[in-house]
Amino acid sequence: MADHHPTGIKRWLFTTNHKDIGSMYLWFSFIMFLIGGAMAMVIRAELYQPGLQFVEPNFFNSMTTMHGLIMVFGAVMPSMVGLANWLIPMQIGAPDMALPRMNNWSFWILPFAFTLLLSSLFMDGGAPNFGWTFYAPLSTTYGPPSTDFFILGVHMMGISSIMGAINVIVTVFNMRAPGMTLMKMPLFVWTWVITAFLLIMVMPVLAGAVTMMLTDRHFGTDFFNAAGGGDPVMFQHIFWFFGHPEVYIMILPAFGVASEIIAAFARKKLFGYSSMVYATASIALLSFIVWAHHMFTVGMPIAGELFFMIATMLIAVPTGVKVFNWVATMWQGSMTFETPMLFSIAFVILFTIGGFSGVMLAMAPVDFQYHDTYFVVAHFHYVLFPGAIFGTTAAVYYWLPKWTGKMYNEKLGKIHFWWSMIAVNLTFFPMHFSGLAGMPRRIPDYNMMFAAFNQLASIGAFALGLSQLFFLFIIIKAIRSGKKAEDKPWEGATGLEWDALPCPAPYHTFDTPPQVK
Amino acid sequence: MSTENQEKYEKYYVPEQSPWPIIGAIGLFLLAYGGANFIQQTTGKYNNDGSMGWIIFSVGLAVIIYMMWSWWRDTIRESMNGLYSAQMDRSFRQGMLWFISSEVMFFAAFFGALLYARQLIVPWLGGEGNNAMTHALLYPDFIPQWPLTTTPAGETTTAMGAFGLPAINTAILLTSSWTLTIAHHALKDGNRSALLNYTAITALLGIIFLGLQAYEYYEAYHHMGLTLGSGIYGSTFFMLTGFHGFHVTIGTIFLIVMSVRCASGHFTKENHFAYEAGAWYWHFVDVVWLFLFIFVYIV
Repeated sequence: MADHHPTGIKRWLFTTNHKDIGSMYLWFSFIMFLIGGAMAMVIRAELYQPGLQFVEPNFFNSMTTMHGLIMVFGAVMPSMVGLANWLIPMQIGAPDMALPRMNNWSFWILPFAFTLLLSSLFMDGGAPNFGWTFYAPLSTTYGPPSTDFFILGVHMMGISSIMGAINVIVTVFNMRAPGMTLMKMPLFVWTWVITAFLLIMVMPVLAGAVTMMLTDRHFGTDFFNAAGGGDPVMFQHIFWFFGHPEVYIMILPAFGVASEIIAAFARKKLFGYSSMVYATASIALLSFIVWAHHMFTVGMPIAGELFFMIATMLIAVPTGVKVFNWVATMWQGSMTFETPMLFSIAFVILFTIGGFSGVMLAMAPVDFQYHDTYFVVAHFHYVLFPGAIFGTTAAVYYWLPKWTGKMYNEKLGKIHFWWSMIAVNLTFFPMHFSGLAGMPRRIPDYNMMFAAFNQLASIGAFALGLSQLFFLFIIIKAIRSGKKAEDKPWEGATGLEWDALPCPAPYHTFDTPPQVK
Repeated sequence: MSTENQEKYEKYYVPEQSPWPIIGAIGLFLLAYGGANFIQQTTGKYNNDGSMGWIIFSVGLAVIIYMMWSWWRDTIRESMNGLYSAQMDRSFRQGMLWFISSEVMFFAAFFGALLYARQLIVPWLGGEGNNAMTHALLYPDFIPQWPLTTTPAGETTTAMGAFGLPAINTAILLTSSWTLTIAHHALKDGNRSALLNYTAITALLGIIFLGLQAYEYYEAYHHMGLTLGSGIYGSTFFMLTGFHGFHVTIGTIFLIVMSVRCASGHFTKENHFAYEAGAWYWHFVDVVWLFLFIFVYIV
């Protein structure tokens, strides 16, 4: 029987099937999303009022740190890898990922890595409390004992990401069906292959940074210690050389998702396909030469500030191309507004707001005012939540019929959308104002004058948290009792996964490559 | 359409279930958890004697070695049973190339630290640019120079010269790349004895390199006062050479395994991906050393 698949727990532990691994990645990332979200709830509860209400400052710092680390490495990145696993082989007509066993290893490292990271919450001295950016000397000289577990946890995540990225690149370059030329690939595949390049380039640099941290902490080296001829600022340079491309690692696959969904529901071909590819590649290349815009206030030579300022602003050009193309795709399309489309349109609008505040932050003289304030928090949450998370959410709604053979309830989906849309803006928009007024980030207590904005943000955050539980409910309901999906539930959908495969996709697909015209 | 393609294309081998990935993940976890405890116990910075760090670490290491052994055993069996198509071979090759690329970036982080320290930190601590006050207030007696033999805090050390052991080691590694290439050509020509001899010589040169490096470290620690704690010079010196030495160790083990596999007749003229992967890795390690020799020792 063609659709035979192994059963029991071994199916998941020992699997080499890209669909199983994709599902595990997606569920894992959702669990991490809820854990990281719970930490965000702690943060917002404490910030609901000025003064210290619920938690100690040190624990508050652990919460901001762990929230960031878990969301970046545990929720967003694995969710994107999950999408890649499910979709790339089907979209390019491959039987599986190129290196299926390594694929399984990439996944299974993650639960262990995050067990290690989360166990630090129960250690003497508490969990890492130096922010997700773990600047030296906070993480070296002053880091709690759990820092060492954090360091090795990061090493494990890095190994996982690098292997995952290698798998994606090799799959795309070696496994495409005959006729599937590079410039015929769906944009999701393109954005992911570029993401994978970024991962291979920068995850090892992160590994280098934490290795130097470890030796500074325990073996007497002086990389980040001025007394020995090192420099804590060097840590920031190395970290952000990883950190800035990392930002694009989290968003580029979401660009790909939005490009596919908008085209499908506008019932038009994506406007400017090749310019989308080149824009994505340009964003990726530029991401290597802009890292120091995260550290304008650290005391760089003026030439450095200028260079990084101008290079950063250049990124607005390819990003503008993308936003233009999304809008032009919708222009005069026969649009309908199913849930995935709603999330994608919100993605375009809200991500653009995040992009604009990014341009503001890119201006060195202005950044001196914004630096380390809630304005920065507002900015990166606008690109990450309505950017990366909305992108993933849209993808889940869009491809759910392909994965499970079931439809979600459209009405509930729309409620989920409007609920998240309102909550996300209520949470993060006021942060622009508190930030501009000078409220510093990563602080458990604040001046009375910021109280109103913070209350709004906290109310929004609780609503946003609840909306994610509602999302979980919708998905479980769809899987258990959803309407059976037609083979092509979306009229305007294109691509091999819709045209050549039924819903749900069989356990093994494209044992023989399809011919792409 | 599909039957036509069925005849035209070889089937890509998607392996059945395998227990090794998850065993590898458990091994890595034990390695990391034990390693962190082990480090904390050894350096005594924290009060952490209750845990059995080194035992967990060793178990993790054993699990990893067992996993690698079994995983590769399976792969070799499948390959020798002819399950792998030419396309599969390309997957392995591309995978190895991208793995080496990621390793290049790992070294790049440490080289970046070295260049940043030499070109920016040390001059700035000496007051260059707009850092006159840093110099005057923090370390007024500090003299910027490279190799940095006196740190801002006043610790002194000796710099490692380039033209003793390091030059010999350079010659050894370059020679080893050459012998490996001879072996590789012998493999392609089907010349078994030359293949075996030159692969073994290459591995032997790797071992000699490591022995000399150990001796160099011994000299540094015991006669030159050059340690990991000798300021940024010692930090970058040992991090770069140590990390490279670790890679030479892996490469040497790789080559020894390849010698054994050559002797067992695993490779044919056409089908010898593992051997080439080992060779690529070795050349990569060799090229890194050239950069090390220039930037750590000579300049």
